[in-house]
Amino acid sequence: MPGMTLYDKLVASHEVARIDDEHILLYVDLHIMNEYTSPQAFSGLAARGRDVLRPGQQMAVVDHIIPTHPVPAALRVIPDDASSRQALNLKRNCDEQHIALFDTTDPLQGIEHVIAPEHGMILPGMVVLCGDSHTTTYGALGALGFGIGTSEVEHILATQTLVYRVARNMRIRVDGVLGAGVSAKDLVIYVVHRIGAQGARGHAVEFCGTAIDALSAEARMTLCNMTVEAGARAALIAPDAVTDAYVTAHALQLRGETLAAARAYWSALRSDDDAAFHVEHAFDAADIAPFVTWGTSPDQAMPVTGRVPDPQAEPDTLARLALEKAMDYIGLAPGMPIAGVPIDRVFIGSCTNGRIEDLRVVAAMVRGRKVAASVRAMVVPGSGAVRAQAEAEGLAAQLIDAGFEWRQPGCSMCLAMNDDVLRPGERCASTTNRNFEGRQGRAGRTHLMSPAMAAAAALAGRIVDARDWEQAK
Amino acid sequence: MNPLIEGIAAPLPFSNLDTDQIMPKQFLRIIDKAGLDRGLLYDLRFDEHGAPRPGFVLNQQAYTGASVLVAGPNFGCGSSREHAVWGLQQFGIRAVIAPSFGEIFYFNAVNNGLLLVSLPPAEVDALLARVSNTDLAGGNRVAVDVMAGQVRAADGWTANFTLPERHRRMFAQGQDMVGASLAQLPEVERFEAAHWARHPWMKDVARTVRDRLDAGHE
Repeated sequence: MPGMTLYDKLVASHEVARIDDEHILLYVDLHIMNEYTSPQAFSGLAARGRDVLRPGQQMAVVDHIIPTHPVPAALRVIPDDASSRQALNLKRNCDEQHIALFDTTDPLQGIEHVIAPEHGMILPGMVVLCGDSHTTTYGALGALGFGIGTSEVEHILATQTLVYRVARNMRIRVDGVLGAGVSAKDLVIYVVHRIGAQGARGHAVEFCGTAIDALSAEARMTLCNMTVEAGARAALIAPDAVTDAYVTAHALQLRGETLAAARAYWSALRSDDDAAFHVEHAFDAADIAPFVTWGTSPDQAMPVTGRVPDPQAEPDTLARLALEKAMDYIGLAPGMPIAGVPIDRVFIGSCTNGRIEDLRVVAAMVRGRKVAASVRAMVVPGSGAVRAQAEAEGLAAQLIDAGFEWRQPGCSMCLAMNDDVLRPGERCASTTNRNFEGRQGRAGRTHLMSPAMAAAAALAGRIVDARDWEQAK
Repeated sequence: MNPLIEGIAAPLPFSNLDTDQIMPKQFLRIIDKAGLDRGLLYDLRFDEHGAPRPGFVLNQQAYTGASVLVAGPNFGCGSSREHAVWGLQQFGIRAVIAPSFGEIFYFNAVNNGLLLVSLPPAEVDALLARVSNTDLAGGNRVAVDVMAGQVRAADGWTANFTLPERHRRMFAQGQDMVGASLAQLPEVERFEAAHWARHPWMKDVARTVRDRLDAGHE
């Protein structure tokens, strides 16, 4: 019998029953909800008189629609009537069903994928699902995470399981050392660019290699978070000493014999040496420069040292149409260098890059410098805890001195469901995950990049190579 | 559900048409499913003043009442928002034909009885060319025959497809998916007992952590 991949093991250890050749009933250890993809699920339950089966394994947070104005957490309000109704509805549902909630005025409120790991809810070997595509984040800690729709949210609430089609196995090996000024964000944009927006569709991707080993737990979250932009069903990194240090520092409920037993279990969470992968890719970390998207799909990306591609060079008709549509929307010309493109806005935050390490990088870049006069730049921390820590470390003061707005946590301008929105035609250097048309506001133009690159863009007022702007330490 | 869909097919020859475009953010601030037909492909259908863009296919008379979309690869990629599927259905779309679909969108469609037909890229190209031609009245009509596994264009062109069994069943019969799984609750409970015996730290992790935070032990 051939060996099993880490993904195979996670699936097998959560298989309640086999449904047919392709589908199993998958057990869910933790289910996370937000205010906009869960309401119809609760209504569906109520309509049939069904209850939540395992309330202790549900967590909910108000994150997508919440404004991020810099008022004290206790005074946060949601002026928009429809959004306010969503938040109140979530609170009512959680109260009725005894579900843990991180509500609007909770000082620990934040983005779902930031607060779940930071409070130790994500443990290696768990299955964690959420009505949000970036649930792939949790693979960074060796947990199987992926996004689901609202019908599936309802299914989990009622049964604590999911009807699940088992994915294929893909392994992406990245060996070597990332260059100075090159981060996990550059790595993941590079990978998405190389394999394409549907390059990992139908696959659970396991990352391995010396460049992955060297990443911090938070950097691994950035990587796994955005792997969904290659269409991946899940992203995974086998737990190691880095994982152990992060998890034990955050999951304070694990102590003594329980912790020892958990650690013994985590150490077995790795692909067997003879495990077979359906698809394998290998990349060299040394090949990766700071990466920037030029278009309207996350795979439309390039090194900051490069030039915008020419759609006419694309032989496939549909692909050429997509490039032309992207070029028309983004307002760039084929062949122009991406460095030097002026920007109007800078957004630092999101479940991809809203953690404390990201804010440290930004603060180090802008310390003692000023945001360009032509730029409006904001930092939206990933959570209340991140915000408090950044203030305690003095980062917030440095960011404010440099001219950044220092705001309250939320998803904010990553998808612009709240009032943080690009105006038509505005161009934004953004640490988020999607440069789709209209994503940050109708006719807004998004360039995805790393925190260091976005910080340097804020200073320069245009897209620049952050390596030229690094400060002497 | 009627396993034969016959109607006008509208070409959307774009790859990676994401769910942000299919159902933009401003239509997501709801707690029910109402009114999503208005938001479907909003920024492609309407300009900044809310006026219909005459150049967009769904605003053209020849495509009024379209019930099928023919699109490029990776249709429905991106955000998990099931609102995209609800909006397509409320608009009158019963089937989407494309080389491939975003994963979460695919399962959302299956769970709502929206038919997704995957055809090889060359066949999608051929179908796009046919339904884009409005010279002949009715030339943009297609039939999607689930029982026969066949797409037929007005000029007699056909392409065969196989529908995954679960998708076929959910489309043809609909199903109370939750009810079906609730029937397996005894198996779920048996699984849990063994699972928690092996990994007791995984049980009630959300409540355990929230209680810990509320107790202020940090």
